Amino acid sequence: MFGRLTWNAIPWSEPIPLVAAGMVGLALAAVIGWVFLKGYVPYLWREWITSVDHKRIGVMYCLLALVMLLRGFSDAAMMRSQQALAFHGPGYLPPDHYDQIFSAHGTIMIFFVAMPFMVGLMNFVVPLQLGVRDVAFPTLNSVSFWLTAAGALLINVSLVVGEFARTGWLPYPPLSELRYSPGVGVDYYLWSLQIAGVGTLLSGVNLVTTILKMRAPGMSYTRMPVFCWTALASNLLIVAAFPILTATTAMLTLDRYLGFHFFTNELGGNAMMFVNLIWAWGHPEVYILILPAFGVFSEVIATFSGKPLFGYRSMVVATMAICVLSFMVWLHHFFTMGAGADVNGFFGIMTMIIAIPTGVKVYNWLFTMYGGKVRFSAPMLWSIGFMVTFVIGGMTGVLMAVPPADFLLHNSLFLVAHFHNVIIGGVLFGAFAGYNYWFPKAFGFRLDDAWGRRAFWLWFCGFYMAFMPLYVLGMLGMTRRLQHFDRPEWYPWVLVAAGGAGLITLGIGAQIIQIVVSIRNRALLRDLTGDPWDGRTLEWATASPPPAFNFAVLPNVKGEEPYWGMKQKARQLAHLLTAEPSYSAILVPRNTATGVVTAFFAVFLGFAMIWRIYWLAGLGFIGIYAAFVAFAWRDRSEQEISADEVQELDRQNRLIRSSVLAEGVQS
Amino acid sequence: MTMASAYSPIDPNHIGHNNLDLDIASDDAPGHGEGGPASKQIIVSYGFWIFLLSDIVMFSAFFAAFQVLAGYSGEAAPSYDLNDVAIETGCLLISSFLCGVAALCASKRWLVRTELFLLLTGILGAIFLALEVREFIGLIANHQGPTDGAYYSGFFALVGCHGLHVTVGLLWLGTMMAQLITKGFRQDILRRLACFSLFWHALDIVWVAIFSLVYLMRFAP
Amino acid sequence: MSRDSVQRVSPTARDSGPGLELATPENEGRGLQSYFVGLILAVGLTAASFWTVRTHLIYGPGVPVALIALAVAQMGIHLVFFLHITTGPDNTNNVLALAFGVLIVSLVVFGSLWIMANLNHNMMPMSVLMEMQR
Repeated sequence: MFGRLTWNAIPWSEPIPLVAAGMVGLALAAVIGWVFLKGYVPYLWREWITSVDHKRIGVMYCLLALVMLLRGFSDAAMMRSQQALAFHGPGYLPPDHYDQIFSAHGTIMIFFVAMPFMVGLMNFVVPLQLGVRDVAFPTLNSVSFWLTAAGALLINVSLVVGEFARTGWLPYPPLSELRYSPGVGVDYYLWSLQIAGVGTLLSGVNLVTTILKMRAPGMSYTRMPVFCWTALASNLLIVAAFPILTATTAMLTLDRYLGFHFFTNELGGNAMMFVNLIWAWGHPEVYILILPAFGVFSEVIATFSGKPLFGYRSMVVATMAICVLSFMVWLHHFFTMGAGADVNGFFGIMTMIIAIPTGVKVYNWLFTMYGGKVRFSAPMLWSIGFMVTFVIGGMTGVLMAVPPADFLLHNSLFLVAHFHNVIIGGVLFGAFAGYNYWFPKAFGFRLDDAWGRRAFWLWFCGFYMAFMPLYVLGMLGMTRRLQHFDRPEWYPWVLVAAGGAGLITLGIGAQIIQIVVSIRNRALLRDLTGDPWDGRTLEWATASPPPAFNFAVLPNVKGEEPYWGMKQKARQLAHLLTAEPSYSAILVPRNTATGVVTAFFAVFLGFAMIWRIYWLAGLGFIGIYAAFVAFAWRDRSEQEISADEVQELDRQNRLIRSSVLAEGVQS
Repeated sequence: MTMASAYSPIDPNHIGHNNLDLDIASDDAPGHGEGGPASKQIIVSYGFWIFLLSDIVMFSAFFAAFQVLAGYSGEAAPSYDLNDVAIETGCLLISSFLCGVAALCASKRWLVRTELFLLLTGILGAIFLALEVREFIGLIANHQGPTDGAYYSGFFALVGCHGLHVTVGLLWLGTMMAQLITKGFRQDILRRLACFSLFWHALDIVWVAIFSLVYLMRFAP
Repeated sequence: MSRDSVQRVSPTARDSGPGLELATPENEGRGLQSYFVGLILAVGLTAASFWTVRTHLIYGPGVPVALIALAVAQMGIHLVFFLHITTGPDNTNNVLALAFGVLIVSLVVFGSLWIMANLNHNMMPMSVLMEMQR
């Protein structure tokens, strides 16, 4: 009746997950209770949960990412402390628990922190920068977000009910096959990713269509902001790579559930093929993560240097080159697994080649700063920190691109240091830069800059302290994922790394304080004009936060950096460029519960499949289909915002900007 | 604005780089998005096209897996009947043609004819599925099922994935036929019908690859 | 609908979605003709594929090549006659998307085949390896 689910699925005998689950449960109950008691539920349902507005969805993605960052980082802190304590000792985490922790850490950080953060930023910013009202498929956008949240929920449930995979963040067979992982851990991984993967793929389709087919009048390809170009490249990669992940996880699922022999040891299965296919997805995945971060830096560096981005065309070419090349390097993740010299050589050289367009970008950012009036606010600090850190990480990557070197460094802590170097230095720093930069646009007030800078320095120093020792440890021969060790020459470095993790904890604390302080001081930090940073792209032409329809009249784009051009001309004339337009009613898509309902049933489908409760899985599937048909059957898909309302909202924006221009004050 | 001015000899594809000084308003630079957002019809079709390309990448992953497992296993090739395959291919091809005719009828707003051709499309698709299920059952009975070896796992997954897509397509087709009757030729229904057409034609394209490279290739000397 | 978000272009101008029918009267006959020609050509090519494996007229090792060529031709027929993908400027986005898809498919399929062939060449057969474990 309940498949493999029994009361023993809850880890009664393991204090650490039990206590963690208890704490999370209490916190969740407290938050939900507070929301109910304060009467926020109708507001949340109407304005956020059923919203199809790209701005709301973008904010929810980023919120999901930040919350999951706490879980992923707790896993990291546990790993570092375990290793610090486990010299000639058992530490405090039993091996099979430690295995689940490092697997969960990687899975959560990649799929539920980095991906949602980048997708969230792209969702929020791209339509605003393109000068349009929303993405191509708003309801699909909502479905994508909620499916991602469903995947995140399933992974978190594995902490309480059952176990997680012990295979590492990529479940290589034969360890991940049923024979060697008979529990539900790998199944949690597979279903969580399948569900979230569908969401991501649909989001990719959505944004590609938006960027290619929906732009403001006059915005040709070479007038798009660089963030939109990197978003295009990233989403093209999503569309190209995620199907491979879907297929490969499906193959492993078929092996585990129906006894197929894709990757088994017997009857002709080929475990290496999993490694090949999963990295054919996995390498484009890391470029999916880094390209939007590159875009964020392009925007931030140009804005905070007060200069246009240097070398727009070479940036675009470099971005699209990275997009294509990222599909030609994936074997470098398994140089040591027996391919011959010609294969290893080809992929090694391609890996080195892909560093070139990235180098072009770095030089362009540097030349953008050169000769500019640089303002060292938090977003700019994150960008400069990125440039230093990412270059180091990139260089160690090129080092490992040499197959003979990789034979020594593969799966050592050198590798771990490299990818954390590029992911934290690139993706996470980019996420934080974008978060600080666009926060006022989303919420109408800036984040406290002092705490932002403190958080940056704590993270920056913490990162170096935590990961530079790992390079040394890799050279000294320490492999990854060790639950204990006994080599004395490793011990001091492990301790330093743990200290670095402590500094990062303080950095996260500073970021939490930053939010609290900013909310408390929001009146002082209010963004009145909509353009707190003297921005150059179209999102700064709207109010903060923008109205649901973004622009009352779609802007007419006449050159690169459209908003900057308009603004400079308006400053010259000391008044707004155009007279008040004649407003007409605007149709916006209606809110719908399709996304949250689909995800609700998807969670049941996933949970039921994991525990082999097939009748429940069937119900979940029917529920999803029913939600889909209900959506397809609706007659009214849009609602009207009256011309008066549009006029009212737009007049406020125009009034403030007029007065700023009249005063001649830089906003 | 005349058609002549739309095709600028300096910048025929309106990339825009040469037009920095010109005041390009929406009438002068239509298409490819820079004339303002494209019409909903184009946006929906293009979005679905991108989704289909992603689906084809998924099929290619299954195909790569099949090819690897088939090439290196020691098992005998599945014992399917080429005549069945020929009939399946014919069914799918003709259903694709009929789907196109249905799309033409829909563009002329002929309800009965549209429904008729959609029904025929669905019937041929169902015949295809029935034949395929029969073939699968036969293979399993012959100890050539997916649990019997890697080659068969790859075969069943690839061909089965295509069959699943056809099944979903038939469900979608039924829904579309019902919607046409209850709601008529509304713009959004027509857009969805166009997406279904794209989907059905793409499935036939994938089948071309499958029957050529999976079924027939086995018989190559 | 707000005036500025509707594109004012004639149906035969700059941009067209994939698979969309041109519903003007002068195109109607052409529409049906397109499908008929496509069907005839596709049937012919399909028959040719089936004939290729049964006949002895083709050089043995050339049969796989013939099958691949015929398959590609059939896919082309579908794209042109059923999906109306052309190389005109109104179809540029569609062709580019298709080209990108073809590139990715080629990289995945040929890349995987090359890599796995290499690995299989260097790896002990799994059955022998499992035997050693016993």
